[in-house]
Amino acid sequence: MRFLLDAEQRDFARTLDSLLAAADSPSAARAWARGDHALGRALWDRLAKAGVFALAVPEAFDGAGRLPLELTLGFEALGRHAVPGPAVETVAAAVLLSELVDAGPDAVGFHDGGLDGLGLGDAGPDGPGPGGAELGDTRGGGPGSEAGAAAGDGAGYARGLLSRFASGDALATLRVDGGYALDADVADVVLVVAGQTGEELWLAAEPGPAAPSHDPARRLFTPAAAGRLLARGPGVAAGVERARAWGALATAAQAVGVGRALLEQTVGYVRERRQFGVAVGSFQAVKHRLADVLLALEFARPLVHAAALSLDPVDIAMAKVTAGEAACTAARAALQLHGAIGYTEELDLSLWLRKARPLRDAWGTPASCRARIVGVG
Amino acid sequence: MDLTHDAETEAFRGEARAWLAAHVPSAPLPSLETREGFAAHRAWEAELAADRWSVVSWPEPYGGRGADIMRWLAFEEEYYAAGAPGRVSQNGINLLAPTLFDHGTQEQRARVLPPMARGEVIWAQAWSEPESGSDLASLRSRAVRTNGGWLLSGQKTWSSRAAFADRAFGLFRSEPGLPRPHLGLTYLMFDLRAPGVTVRPIGRLDGKPAFAELFLDEVFVPDEDVIGAPGEGWRVAMSTAGNERGLTLRSPGRFLASARRLAALWGSTGRDPAVGDRVADALIGARAYQLFTYAGASRFAAGATIGAESSLNKVFWSEYDIALHETALDLLGPEAERADGPWAEGWVFSLAGPVYAGTNEIQRDIIAERLLGLPKGRR
Repeated sequence: MRFLLDAEQRDFARTLDSLLAAADSPSAARAWARGDHALGRALWDRLAKAGVFALAVPEAFDGAGRLPLELTLGFEALGRHAVPGPAVETVAAAVLLSELVDAGPDAVGFHDGGLDGLGLGDAGPDGPGPGGAELGDTRGGGPGSEAGAAAGDGAGYARGLLSRFASGDALATLRVDGGYALDADVADVVLVVAGQTGEELWLAAEPGPAAPSHDPARRLFTPAAAGRLLARGPGVAAGVERARAWGALATAAQAVGVGRALLEQTVGYVRERRQFGVAVGSFQAVKHRLADVLLALEFARPLVHAAALSLDPVDIAMAKVTAGEAACTAARAALQLHGAIGYTEELDLSLWLRKARPLRDAWGTPASCRARIVGVG
Repeated sequence: MDLTHDAETEAFRGEARAWLAAHVPSAPLPSLETREGFAAHRAWEAELAADRWSVVSWPEPYGGRGADIMRWLAFEEEYYAAGAPGRVSQNGINLLAPTLFDHGTQEQRARVLPPMARGEVIWAQAWSEPESGSDLASLRSRAVRTNGGWLLSGQKTWSSRAAFADRAFGLFRSEPGLPRPHLGLTYLMFDLRAPGVTVRPIGRLDGKPAFAELFLDEVFVPDEDVIGAPGEGWRVAMSTAGNERGLTLRSPGRFLASARRLAALWGSTGRDPAVGDRVADALIGARAYQLFTYAGASRFAAGATIGAESSLNKVFWSEYDIALHETALDLLGPEAERADGPWAEGWVFSLAGPVYAGTNEIQRDIIAERLLGLPKGRR
């Protein structure tokens, strides 16, 4: 056993960290919150070049193969630098689509044509209704076939998308269980899982109504299951299960990164801030609060790594709840120890403070994770 | 990165499991903190030692199996999963033995370790004094030079196991008046039945004599029982704090087994949804602690030293242990009040965790100052 990152993995994490540190991610996050996505997309391009979005895409579609451990390193960096955008959702979509193109025709029937002229983000309002009239059981070749070769059918379309995810060319978002689709207005592809047993996958035509999140860099949409029915069958539900697992894992890693950023910034602040003639960080009450934050993060990270190694649903649930709560512990301590300045929007700290709680709940609430761990969920 | 033990470790685990299945007493032994229970646990140590299972990580000449830290972890997982008794020898095995391996002489190791491994000599620790708890270096018990050895005088307290143990080890001031309190201390071993030693057992919270006060009046200790150089005691005592001892003070196997017992209790008492989240947290905590330890063990195996991170470890397990036992008591309902219940002794014991082995306040100071780089201040 060697439960340690190897040199290459540590290098990868360091490279992403320095890339993002140099990229002024706080400005990108603030612009994203204002609806200006240019800086954020530029950040995505750089991350894609570093290989982050290829980590959930099989090699057959220009991905790096599925590398969950490396993915957690990438997402920890994304969290640490408050990178905006539907990154987790793009990963989940990539996992879902690659599961679908790998599933047999008994498990998944794809839309059988008419998607070839379809631009990204252009599902069109004129697609089939919930009857799925155009749906056949054509299985558009295995993962070895060229992306998009099966002209115009759902499988070909899915393969094309996978390549675009890997290259960072396309962002996706995904609505599961009647929840929210993050940043559906920016995403190039909006997927909606629907049907009584979750066996339908729709390519939504419209992002649907928007709601604000506590994190202004996250915008919540409720796209309807309308547009084109991309695929249907028990394989969709099975693929969504896998997608959910990856979504939870990536969110957990992101939460660890958010917690680290909050801890680092707060440590920096209490070393500088002086009251009663000394740095407030020399007070035991302050030290102990921050020691507890480090404790929470240091015991969360191994759970995230172990979950990446096994991809076991219980391991992922453990990682998700622990990382999410560690980030929230960090946020509460950061807010308290910064004093009043921490309670302002203008301090960049707010970018992370406001992210911790949404990440704790997205892709698996603590309650649902704990239910799974004790075997009642 | 992987979480797979190698074949040797798995074979070792299998051997341990088979031995434990054949030898672990079917009924729990009486409490370790009673005269009767102490004797029963001492006999269990001898049974372990007879088949070389008492000190698996020690080299073979001293009664061990030369197990590396991964095999030690696997052994501990099996040990506690099998419901085997608590270890009456643990102060000696976990605290004194590593010091002897690092700083003792060949003669000391040959003389002290084998009887420790067999449970023939049970060791107590003698660190704290009435005026020196967290500020251990302020200790005042003296070691005064005499012909062929030292005369120990003073008072030690909170000496775990000393009510029934045979010998003790601790720090004494051999050179008073030096500019810093950490200087001029000497690490010595002494006999609890030597002339001049008075042992006064102290009842812990539940009344059991789990520790004792030691009154020392010119107790003679021969030179051969000094560990390291005289005056170097602080360095000798602290040097082993930074190695694998930080990982081995409480093994993850113990908490994995307790968490499984807790989940079973929850299952057999109607799966109260109000307690379900805390049962989940117990399962998560045991796994997190196991993984944190595996990560530390992997770093250690790769040549790193374990430093202040052992403070994270200590705070985590001590607070985890209380939460786990309190959850169990909640599941027992009115039965939880019974002091002879199956979780009662573990609960009482867990309450001491945040205090001993360096209070959690001191540990959090260490975490903040050495791991986060915050400035030192008034304690």
